[in-house]
Amino acid sequence: MKDVESQKDRSAAISIENLGKSFGDFQALRNVTLTVAQGERIVICGPSGSGKSTLIRTINRLEQHQTGRIVVEGTELTNDLKGIEKIRSEVGMVFQHFNLFPHLTILENCTLAPVWVRKLPREEAEETAMHFLRKVRIPEQAGKYPGQLSGGQQQRVAIARALCMRPRIMLFDEPTSALDPEMIKEVLDTMIELADEGMTMVCVTHEMGFAQAVADRVVFMDSGQIVEENQPAAFFSAPRNERTKLFLSQILGH
Amino acid sequence: MADTASNAIPRAAGTDMRSLLRRLAPFFGTPLNAALTIVLLWLMARFGWLLLDWAVLKAAIFPAEPETCAGTSGACWSFVIAKSGQILFGIYPPTERWRAGLVCVLIITTLVASARPSAWRPSLGLVWVGMMVVVLWLMGGGFGLATVPTSSWGGLPVTLILTVFAIGLGFPAAILLALGRRSALPVVRTLSVLFIETIRGLPLLSLLLVASILLPLFLPDSLLPDKFVRALIALTIFAAAYLAEVLRGGLQSIPGGQSEAAEALGLGYWKTQRLIILPQAIRIVIPALTNTIIVMIKNTSLVLVVGLFDLISSGKAALSDPAWPAPSTETFLFIGLIYFALAFSFARFADFLERSGAEKRG
Ligand SMILES: Nc1ncnc2c1ncn2[C@@H]1O[C@H](COP(=O)(O)OP(=O)(O)OP(=O)(O)O)[C@@H](O)[C@H]1O
Ligand SMILES: [Mg+2]
Repeated sequence: MKDVESQKDRSAAISIENLGKSFGDFQALRNVTLTVAQGERIVICGPSGSGKSTLIRTINRLEQHQTGRIVVEGTELTNDLKGIEKIRSEVGMVFQHFNLFPHLTILENCTLAPVWVRKLPREEAEETAMHFLRKVRIPEQAGKYPGQLSGGQQQRVAIARALCMRPRIMLFDEPTSALDPEMIKEVLDTMIELADEGMTMVCVTHEMGFAQAVADRVVFMDSGQIVEENQPAAFFSAPRNERTKLFLSQILGH
Repeated sequence: MADTASNAIPRAAGTDMRSLLRRLAPFFGTPLNAALTIVLLWLMARFGWLLLDWAVLKAAIFPAEPETCAGTSGACWSFVIAKSGQILFGIYPPTERWRAGLVCVLIITTLVASARPSAWRPSLGLVWVGMMVVVLWLMGGGFGLATVPTSSWGGLPVTLILTVFAIGLGFPAAILLALGRRSALPVVRTLSVLFIETIRGLPLLSLLLVASILLPLFLPDSLLPDKFVRALIALTIFAAAYLAEVLRGGLQSIPGGQSEAAEALGLGYWKTQRLIILPQAIRIVIPALTNTIIVMIKNTSLVLVVGLFDLISSGKAALSDPAWPAPSTETFLFIGLIYFALAFSFARFADFLERSGAEKRG
């Protein structure tokens, strides 16, 4: 039995079991169980305050969970700092507000972690950085500072910065919700390309078009619980839960 | 655009007159403004003339001997010239003064060489440590140089050494204290708060007196550091506590997303602080840091109460020579000018740093 379980952990990119997390008295996550296979693309949606960010942030230990178990790429998240650093260097994260480092150039933003964490030689790190900046289609901005770029460009740099660590998993927490409508597409296109290359992705987003196009599974959360999960076609056409129906009618209604 | 430019050329003389008038308007626009301007101009001319008359026209300068100053109603600069060695270097043995002079040159050169941001790399830290060691050797002697005990140190080198060492050692300590105050570990946090608040609650004067008078009562002679070192420790922890609070303000203003992004990339706590948080936090608090550092430069003069000969006490000692008429105004003006040069050049440097940072981020 034990053997079978650890076998499962190893093949899964992320395996979350009975996860519980509270902030003081407030229970933000309860009994969340979710397995993400290698190469799988998961979209998480749900009303504000339902615990989506909290869940995705426990995966790289930006939040610490209290009960349950998280195993990422075969390493369990515990208080062991080595394990946390290993997982963080294999899991890339993209934030709602980009969080680029404003005192560093775009190129320096992208080479910082490879040089200081992966210990790559600077030239090699710069080559990798330029490769990914070309991929997100802004190599010409490499010498500028984040403050000189548009929101959409900044978010693409943030994606490139995460990719420079050559992560096996990418986490996105509402990457387009701080963007003006005309910039959303350029970021989503970048994400779709990434999905096409087989990257394991967990995205919190309300971009339902994106979910339909790339997600293998859509997970709906409410009040710190996973209420429903299904393939996108079924999720959107035939939601089973009342709360999912209400949420979808609100979000697709306008 | 091109049209207005070509039109402007023939009217250049006219617009010049008009822009001059416009610039004068705030000074003469209303009768009250005009009256204030005239009164202030008159006062400035009057006192400017008095100063010029005293400091230059009637001043006794050469030769640098007591007789030169005898009958004059102007400034007695010949005293400052004759006593400059004693004012600058205090009771440091006159035959060894070249060493004290070299120390001043060395410290100032290192400061100037460190000013350009492009020079800021880890090796600069080594240069500073090396400079400090050489300075202590030159001042104190040993290894081929005649020994000069700290009780014979004096003047400008003392002021410079106290300032540079107190800030050079206090700044790294301040960084640790500021980080400690925001630490997630309760013990570290409590200790940092206790230290900072205790030191901030005490006047520097009392810290210096504790270091020089009380400490010898509690510590056996063998464990007691030199008086100079004790004063330096007092100045250092004072600087550390104040700088820590300034830095904390900067740390607080960095959004939480910055350390989250750094940690998500796998940078640990110390690398996150060093590479991401501190460079931004320090830049934000440059004006407040400048202020604290300038206050510290001037605070070093308080060591005279514990019997160390900084610039001001060596000036006072020079004035006690009975052969001269004791021109204290001139002496303190001279010393004031040195302090001003130190503080003002530092302020200009900080201003330059602030602007170069702002430019970069557009
Ligand atoms: N650091 C914190 N301290 C206390 N409560 C928190 C903290 N972070 C989140 N919470 C609470 O946990 C709940 C879940 O928050 P979370 O940010 O995960 O929601 P979300 O689903 O991402 O919402 P949104 O769509 O608004 O981003 C919310 O009620 C929030 O108030
Ligand atoms: Mg959220």
